[in-house]
Amino acid sequence: MAGSIIEVTDSSFEQDVLQSDLPVLVDFWAPWCGPCRAIAPVVEELLADYGLKLKVVKCNVDDNPKVPGKYGIRAIPTLIIFKGGNVSEQITGAVAKSQITAAIDKVLG
Amino acid sequence: MAGNKIYDVIIIGGGPAGLTAGLYASRARLDVVLFEQMGFGGQLLTYEKVENYPGFPEGVGAFGLAELMSAQALRFGLQVKNADVVGLDLSGKTKKVILANGVAETRTIIIASGACPNRLGVKGEMELTGRGVSYCAVCDAPFFRGQEVAVVGGGDAAIEEALYLTKFASRVYLVHRRERLRATPVIQEKAFQNEKISFILCNVVDEIKGGPEGVAGVALRDVRSSEVSDLPVSGVFVFVGIKPNSEFIPEEIARDPAGFIRTDQEMATAVGGVFAAGDVRAKELRQIVTAVGDGATAAFNAGRYIENNL
Repeated sequence: MAGSIIEVTDSSFEQDVLQSDLPVLVDFWAPWCGPCRAIAPVVEELLADYGLKLKVVKCNVDDNPKVPGKYGIRAIPTLIIFKGGNVSEQITGAVAKSQITAAIDKVLG
Repeated sequence: MAGNKIYDVIIIGGGPAGLTAGLYASRARLDVVLFEQMGFGGQLLTYEKVENYPGFPEGVGAFGLAELMSAQALRFGLQVKNADVVGLDLSGKTKKVILANGVAETRTIIIASGACPNRLGVKGEMELTGRGVSYCAVCDAPFFRGQEVAVVGGGDAAIEEALYLTKFASRVYLVHRRERLRATPVIQEKAFQNEKISFILCNVVDEIKGGPEGVAGVALRDVRSSEVSDLPVSGVFVFVGIKPNSEFIPEEIARDPAGFIRTDQEMATAVGGVFAAGDVRAKELRQIVTAVGDGATAAFNAGRYIENNL
């Protein structure tokens, strides 16, 4: 795995995600979760595809229980796109890239 | 896809069937590429441990097995591309695989796109998916530590996932519409011995109840007496069979009423040069061990088709 996607934590979430000027896609994942591994390469691609238009980060729900708790996440992988500190789109489960890009394009407008 | 490159074989899907087809096609020195939209492993990745794949007397981790299968195929030169297949054009001499971002041409196609879980199709299910409704215990069980959950289904997957959930949940209610489970006896025995599992047989889920905070319970109906009852749980894990990933497959490829692709015993579909392997195929026993057999057979026959017809 390329280490290019930054990991956000319970303590950095406010600054890295909610205060971000760019929309942020957060990939909520855990090491035990197979489908999370399955979509990891897709999430890596999104980082390259959207370049400077979208921030892409990961949040390990095992190490950071507060943020997933706050957003009621009880399934992973969950992808949430935040814009202006609010949830714009939410996708649960490993889905095709086209479904993720459709959600991102909707947010980016 | 650049230029007019024509592959010998395009494999759609990177689960056990597709990877095995890739292994055999690569060793046969066919010009082969495998398209997968996610990581390798397919449905294998939603399981924790595999106990019925020969060669691993103590069982093998599902991740590990997926990695071993892909490493073996890649070692013999299988090319892999991350691509989203949206359609097939089988009208011409060469076949076209339509991707979300292009087209690839090939002499033969092996469809190994697998299957995904069925929904129950009850009120509340869609709205609460990801908020307590789950189709993958290995993924989501840790969110239900010390809580009571329901598992719906009576086959191998339902019972194995119920057993996995007992590591986290305080109680697991197994809801099954029939009087007896369908699961393999060895798996049933483990479940009957597990004190954390309670069986609610002859009952179906009519509705999943909850709100913004997540699942609050399920409405049950006894299929014998029609008596209804509420079962308060914070999670509902659904394992009621699978449906094929076949949205992209054109009509000329014959399918059974549930949408699984019909093949002959050589894995040939109704269209010459198009083969199907693994869970997407109409068959009785859907297992890793049957998927890999399908994959090998499909690759062998794709090679033979090229020799005889092209």
